[in-house]
Amino acid sequence: MKNDGSPFEAHSTLLDRRDALRAVAALGVLLLACGYSTQAQAYNKAAFDARSLQDATRALSLGAWSESREVNLTVPDVAENGAAVSVSLGTSLPQVRQMLVLVDKNPTPLAARFVLTDAVEPQFSTRIRMAETAQVYAVVILADGRVLFARKEVKVTLSGCGG
Amino acid sequence: MTEATRIRAQSSGDKAQVRVLMSHEMENGQRKDAAGKLVPAWFIQEADITLNGKLVLSLECGTAVSRNPFLVFTLRGARAGDKVAVSWRDTKGVSRTDEALVL
Repeated sequence: MKNDGSPFEAHSTLLDRRDALRAVAALGVLLLACGYSTQAQAYNKAAFDARSLQDATRALSLGAWSESREVNLTVPDVAENGAAVSVSLGTSLPQVRQMLVLVDKNPTPLAARFVLTDAVEPQFSTRIRMAETAQVYAVVILADGRVLFARKEVKVTLSGCGG
Repeated sequence: MTEATRIRAQSSGDKAQVRVLMSHEMENGQRKDAAGKLVPAWFIQEADITLNGKLVLSLECGTAVSRNPFLVFTLRGARAGDKVAVSWRDTKGVSRTDEALVL
């Protein structure tokens, strides 16, 4: 920036900088506010760090689970590579609030958690890691608090954790 | 440096199937490098999906989500020309947002 010695110009430059700083600060506050309002729930670290299905259930404050035919889970019978196992889970039930994918023998069983709105169908496909042969759980949490699940065993030939 | 999330949203009737491929190593903290040292955990923790700016789905990941997280889902009431955006944030606080139009 060049200053030809005019005090007015110097003054206006200073003002511009201040205005710019204010604008940046205001934007920051706005972004923070947006972040808080759009974030449905904060990341539940305790649940993802939990070492057992029971601990994960407790960290997520879930009630008792019951097995349900209305929850469907598609996984391969045998996974040659535990680093990427395809998982599809879904349900025909309405009012689904959350869906979980868990693997009982992984070091930390909770793999993924979906927080739904009515704009999305309760049906997801993704890929997960599996440490060893284990039960994969698809869990559906309804608006009334009911926790329903389906599970299937996947035989893992090559672990997807160490290496 | 992060790489773009690949998003493909295909409408069919009043729904759209969305396929998302995020580019991330998703280190689970259990892998050892060539020197035998544990590679510290570093993975995407949260991903928010919006339709025309409105939050429709939040995904939270643990260490068991595979490298380059892949996700397929269906949005209700999404039409061709609508905007789908995916924002993720990882355990180092790095974040990235990408968007695509529904085809």
